[in-house]
Amino acid sequence: MPQILVDGLTKTFRVARRRAGFAAALRGVVSREYTEHKALDGVCFTIEPGELVGYIGPNGAGKSTTIKILSGIMVPDGGQCVVMDRVPWRERLQHVARIGVVFGQRCQLMWDLPAADSFDLLRDIYRIPAGVYRRNLDELVDRLALAGLLEIPVRQLSLGQRMRCEIAASLLHAPPLLFLDEPTIGLDAVSKLAVRDFVRQIHREHGVTVILTTHDMDDIEALCQRVILIGRGRILVDGTLADLRRQVTLERRLIIEGLPAASVELDLLGARLAPDNGHRTCIYFDPAQIAPTDLLARITERYQIRDFWVEDQPIEETIARLYAQCGL
Amino acid sequence: MRVYASLIRLRAMLLLQYRAAAFAGMVTQFSFGIVRVMLFEGFYASSTAPQPMPFPYVVSYIWLCQALIGLLPWGGDGEIQELVLSGNVAYELCRPVSLFGLWYSRCIALRTVPTAMRAVPLITVAVWLLPPLYRLALPGSPAAALAFVVSIGGAVLLSAAISNLYNVFLMWTVSGEGLVRLLPPFVTLFSGALIPVSFFPDWLQPLLRFLPFSGVIDLPLRFYIGDLPAAAWLGHLAYQLAWVAVLVVTGRWLVSRGMRRIVVQGG
Repeated sequence: MPQILVDGLTKTFRVARRRAGFAAALRGVVSREYTEHKALDGVCFTIEPGELVGYIGPNGAGKSTTIKILSGIMVPDGGQCVVMDRVPWRERLQHVARIGVVFGQRCQLMWDLPAADSFDLLRDIYRIPAGVYRRNLDELVDRLALAGLLEIPVRQLSLGQRMRCEIAASLLHAPPLLFLDEPTIGLDAVSKLAVRDFVRQIHREHGVTVILTTHDMDDIEALCQRVILIGRGRILVDGTLADLRRQVTLERRLIIEGLPAASVELDLLGARLAPDNGHRTCIYFDPAQIAPTDLLARITERYQIRDFWVEDQPIEETIARLYAQCGL
Repeated sequence: MRVYASLIRLRAMLLLQYRAAAFAGMVTQFSFGIVRVMLFEGFYASSTAPQPMPFPYVVSYIWLCQALIGLLPWGGDGEIQELVLSGNVAYELCRPVSLFGLWYSRCIALRTVPTAMRAVPLITVAVWLLPPLYRLALPGSPAAALAFVVSIGGAVLLSAAISNLYNVFLMWTVSGEGLVRLLPPFVTLFSGALIPVSFFPDWLQPLLRFLPFSGVIDLPLRFYIGDLPAAAWLGHLAYQLAWVAVLVVTGRWLVSRGMRRIVVQGG
């Protein structure tokens, strides 16, 4: 039995709709028009213990709805969902005791109190034995560099500091399953890296299953072996990041420093010049048709270059193209 | 139980911050108390009909009522309304504690801490600093004091249970404003906070004494002033707790119904 089994999950929201303007508002007094929005339209996937899965999709694709159902907050209209042998919404209390959730856009710590007070309350809520609590807390303080932050009222913490406290709060009871819903939203580079490192650590060392939703594709690239792409309430792709790339394009790019693109002429099979990029030249090439070493040799034969590197298509672009391919 | 205790403790810590509100509330209640005492004085002086209780009883009743006015179920917890509006309620739902229990403990803190912060100074002033005629008398006997304390305990549980219903109704109307505006006039009138229940027409009194609201204010106050014999505490506590049971069962049922229709909006 997989740790998470989702089969044919559906959820429909009724959205009130009316045109702009006073007349339409008046009409709305008498009769309202509703349209049905299918947030989830037959979602299926399974997740095994110890996986670290990126759950991605454009805004409104159904990511958060899925997370809410998996964490027992929301009841779906149809379909099956079993998480650690329980149906989340049917045995909500037993279920939530064994999961951790971070909603990046929400706050679980009490605004006016130091985080330490919120933590102590969580200790009692999750009935964590004193020794275990001490140990978990010490580890989290150490790993997330929280020393000195827990005594400050939460409202006075920076977003990065607060998010680290939020993540710690969700892991005090050492759950085997962690949902991270946009944990890096709005964070600066340093905090993002700290959060990523931490997620990687707890995943590796404690075998925590992590489901991560994010719009930051660098998060996905840095962390996830497996990516599930949802769009318009359906699963569109489920596989490794490499699978996902392959589905979009196999092209890589050669970037040459110190050579203005305007001065380059290129007529090689499987390589093409990117639009003018100023002082550097960017060449898209398909490694199946031309090896990078050959390509580079042909360039250096003809031109003087200062520096170069070869890279995959940036993940952001890959995903954007994938969304376009899927008609999102 | 420990969860609820620490929830209440934490809410209490937060509520203790509102010192200015407590002071303003105390001044307001004190001024209204003077007006009410004078009103009743004029009323007693101009009427020849026999009154349901002697004047000093009324004076004590009014002062205590002014001190404990925060005990009345005026409304739900503003913070819960905020949680529901902002969607942060998602986190409350992720906790292995019944939502009803979480909210009920918040209500207990909400009804006790701000009330105590106003009551202690107000009672001090009313007992010692006023001219004898307008003073809040001390309880007639230790037994009366004890019965008063016990019934205050019942009143807290009862008032928190009513307050919690406002919270629960947030699951149906997002803002909860409607009920919060509709109920307080009834609550104020029926609890005896405006006019002691004993002054209501004879035909109405049984109904008011049956409804839960008089259990919040009128009942404990009557024990204090000696209008009810202290020996009767058990029966009246049973009446309060019976209402608590009814309200809690109703509330829990509503929460379980409401859970099915929850939509936590936003990403």
